[in-house]
Amino acid sequence: MRLILTRLAQMLFVLWVVATLLFYMFRLMPGDPTVAYIDSTFTEEQIQELRRTFGLDRPLHEQYLIYLRNLIVGEFGESFHHRRPVLEVLGDVLPNTIILTLSGLLVAYAFGTVVGAWLAWKRGTWVEAVTIPTVLTLRAAPEFWLGMVLLAVFGFKLGWFPSGGANSPGATFPSEWSRLISRDFLWHLVLPAATLALYLQGLPLLLMRSNMLDVMGEDFITMARMKGLSSWSIIMRHGARNALLPVATAFALGFGASVGGNVVVETVFSWPGLGKLLVNSIAASDYPVAQAAFFLITIVLVTMNFIADLIYSLLDPRVSHGRRH
Amino acid sequence: MADATEARLTTAPQRWRLVKLIRLLAAPWRDPFAAMGTVIYAVFLLIAVFADVIAPHDPLEILFTPDGNLARSEPAGWQHPLGTTNLGRDIFSQLVVGTRAALIVGLTAAVVVALIGTLVGLISGYFGGSIDAVLMRLADVALGIPFLPFVILIAGLLGPRTSNVILGIALLLWPNTARVIRSQVLSVRERAFVEAARVTGASNARILFVHVAPNILPLSFLYGSIAVGWAILTEASVAFLGFGPSDRISWGYMLQDAYASQALSRGDYNWFVPPGLCIVLVVVAGFFISRGYEEILFPKLKD
Repeated sequence: MRLILTRLAQMLFVLWVVATLLFYMFRLMPGDPTVAYIDSTFTEEQIQELRRTFGLDRPLHEQYLIYLRNLIVGEFGESFHHRRPVLEVLGDVLPNTIILTLSGLLVAYAFGTVVGAWLAWKRGTWVEAVTIPTVLTLRAAPEFWLGMVLLAVFGFKLGWFPSGGANSPGATFPSEWSRLISRDFLWHLVLPAATLALYLQGLPLLLMRSNMLDVMGEDFITMARMKGLSSWSIIMRHGARNALLPVATAFALGFGASVGGNVVVETVFSWPGLGKLLVNSIAASDYPVAQAAFFLITIVLVTMNFIADLIYSLLDPRVSHGRRH
Repeated sequence: MADATEARLTTAPQRWRLVKLIRLLAAPWRDPFAAMGTVIYAVFLLIAVFADVIAPHDPLEILFTPDGNLARSEPAGWQHPLGTTNLGRDIFSQLVVGTRAALIVGLTAAVVVALIGTLVGLISGYFGGSIDAVLMRLADVALGIPFLPFVILIAGLLGPRTSNVILGIALLLWPNTARVIRSQVLSVRERAFVEAARVTGASNARILFVHVAPNILPLSFLYGSIAVGWAILTEASVAFLGFGPSDRISWGYMLQDAYASQALSRGDYNWFVPPGLCIVLVVVAGFFISRGYEEILFPKLKD
């Protein structure tokens, strides 16, 4: 319990530092300090309203306190480009990003753990000699380039999958849920999720393999062998269960990191997600959206790091709850 | 694993330091993977140095066919080894010149990351106490900031310059190195020769840089060689997203140009496949070299 509270405090501290950094970064930009929230094309009424909400005519330290309070209640102002509250704009793209990230990760981790366990069994054979360099190469490939190649081959050349977006243009759905479970959406999801999975599979695979190799040396595996159990049963029932813990932790960390790393995949496939929103808003100087999107990505990352810590200490009783490091 | 490293690194008397350093630099040759990685690096380094001689054209020059037409989207052939872009620029020349940008960013960022990480790790581990606490909380913060979005934000707000990309990478990538070095320093500082130096009245700075630092140098090299690949991948991603310098040819710039010019739908594989392969090669070379170092530093990991 103490550990959880310490970690929670650390997490809030990191978020506070990032929020403060953002506050100064967007106010030290050249030009009018109000540029972070007010666009020159806004109406006089809107400008007055935003000045009041963010206290833009007050001294900097008061602005800072107002800014922190607004962050906590989710008040991010008005998008310059979309002409809507920033929170609404974020809400529109968040489901797309979560589904893309989760499906990519699930495929990568399902594939990675099974193949990793199998490779540990095949240690020292030609299978290993071919697979490991291939996996390393895939991990070294830029995510967006993998996406470009898949898009050129399966999207344009073969025409099996659409070339971008999350839904066909003009498609309408009665509700957000029906959109997310529609065949149209899934069809659009395949290529970006496959790109993500190809890029992410290396980590669980290598982790699983090295954990399995560690576990295989332990006494209870020798015991299982002596009992005459089949190799498959030894791998799955005895080895994998013990080797899975670090993989579960990596999954949580991977989710946090991917939501931020998705920027490139979402851009290649014009996937309307958080990462693409961030890129577009920075390019278009839509500062309220850029600030909020960046902060949201940070929240996801920090929260997943926290959860990874928890999983680790919950699943492995050997982890000491004492001092850090 | 720390003990094994330490035993290997601290038994040699100090006059062997130079020999040790040379051995360290030569370490990759003992592992076939690492040797391959070193050869790949050497080839790219040569290409980068002699880029002007190797590249047949100026990478941004708009070329024309002998009969006076714009040489647009030419296929690969004798005239243009990898064909031309839709605006009549020679792809092979861009690829060759782009090597420079990749290596400059990769090596500069790696040196900065290894330097900051090593310094922070040394100071944090050696002095401990509140200095350590502050530095490690700083590391927590840096690890809690999303990497690529941060680099884009820096490049977007401060201007699309190579130096800003390197700044963004350096600001966030040092904590991993610092943490590992710190834990290594924690054990090195308890050793007899450090105690001996302290008794003879050596200053903290002298103990830190003359007695402790050489023992953790291999780790700095290891983390530096990993950082090269990360930096090159990041630079390419930032350039692809349109936040790189627009007047400097890099592999990321080429991919962005190809993507924006519909090379994917036309199936101009000769345009967008080679830059990606070059990135893969350089990054893989970094992986291989760091793997070689790991196996020499931590022989136990070898399986």
